[in-house]
Amino acid sequence: MKQPIDVSDAVAMIPNGATIMVGGFMGVGTPDQLLSEMVRQRKHNLTLIANDTARPAVGIGKLIDAGTITKSIVSHIGTNPETQRQMIAEEQDVELAPQGTLAERVRAGGYGLGGVLTPTAIGTVAAEGKQVIDVDGESFLLERPLKADFALIKAQQADYYGNLQYRLTAQNFNPLMAMAATTVIVEVDEMLPVGCITPDQVHTPGVLIDYIVKSGVLA
Amino acid sequence: MNIKQRIAQRVAQEITPGSLVNLGIGLPTLVAQHVPVEANVFFQSENGVIGIGGFPEGMENPSLTDAGGGYIGALPGAAAFDSAFSFGLIRGGHLDMTVLGGLQVDEQGHLANWIIPGKMVPGMGGAMDLVCGARQVIVAMTHTAKGNAKILQELTLPKTSDRCVDLIVTDLAVIKPCDQGLILLEVAPEVSVDEVLAATEAKLIVEHPVKVMAL
Repeated sequence: MKQPIDVSDAVAMIPNGATIMVGGFMGVGTPDQLLSEMVRQRKHNLTLIANDTARPAVGIGKLIDAGTITKSIVSHIGTNPETQRQMIAEEQDVELAPQGTLAERVRAGGYGLGGVLTPTAIGTVAAEGKQVIDVDGESFLLERPLKADFALIKAQQADYYGNLQYRLTAQNFNPLMAMAATTVIVEVDEMLPVGCITPDQVHTPGVLIDYIVKSGVLA
Repeated sequence: MNIKQRIAQRVAQEITPGSLVNLGIGLPTLVAQHVPVEANVFFQSENGVIGIGGFPEGMENPSLTDAGGGYIGALPGAAAFDSAFSFGLIRGGHLDMTVLGGLQVDEQGHLANWIIPGKMVPGMGGAMDLVCGARQVIVAMTHTAKGNAKILQELTLPKTSDRCVDLIVTDLAVIKPCDQGLILLEVAPEVSVDEVLAATEAKLIVEHPVKVMAL
């Protein structure tokens, strides 16, 4: 059984310099309370893997505002002028990846694959330095797997085994990241008795989850 | 009707009933308003949903948004999924059409729409996967930007994909890239062929008679 732990204890486990994956798409499906606590504990020198950096003061934008991130691998920073400023000022090293490629790289990391072959981005600047592999006459880019020390993910519901259910478009990168990190911390809105999430409804099996934090406790 | 709605209305005529369509952020989003509900078109958003529809005014769900982060509604029969699945739909040939905005298109039909180096670095988001994988790619954009042509002999901005788009719909014209170059198919009502040619830096192939957009 996994009892929810205090958000400050969860975040205290993350050392400065760690690589973190953070779920969410423009702040939707992002573990907000964990991120606020990251800022409060003044984490720094982190490498971020996430779809985007949301907006200033929103979701991952809070980590950006506080200068916690020195390197990021993301698909989109257009909605966060602060990320763009840090990138141009060379305060943050930003690697832009096509969104589908980013998802597959995280999946490859979690699924034990040596990478994925994708036709996306061939012939563009995003393909520079990457190996092109011919498969039956078609060209594909070799994209390498991504792994992290910690995944900070968000789910709507968990049972006390850590089985998760996500909600609508708040799913996005969360189930992929739950597979790809050494330690997985999930923030959930609701805790349910074991058995309330039926096997067919489990999006992420509880064996993948290391720690649960309840949202709204220290809001 | 304003320019953007006019473009959206013309793009909507290209959509086949029952098809799966992804609309990009911004102008392309307007296309949905011009597709009748009876057409049973399935709209996908790459953040993980098929079946967008209706406006949830007063009923916004913080866990139901489009790729721009705006609240959306989901129709009965909608489905939600993760990002790897969503891009599997896009790359795997399951998406019938994507409609995207554009910064520039060149004479072969290559699109640039994700970066203005040194000025604007939004990132490609899903654009590279969409152009690479959708069965049909339509660019919906204004014909010029601040008086400057956007349909050019050669791109000056980094391209989004090696793949050429299938159709360009602007406020002035409908243009189809093909092996011989860009064919001018239609002009907007009250716009002359010469006006379109003057607003276009790329060479346009004019096969008379050029039709007038039916709006």
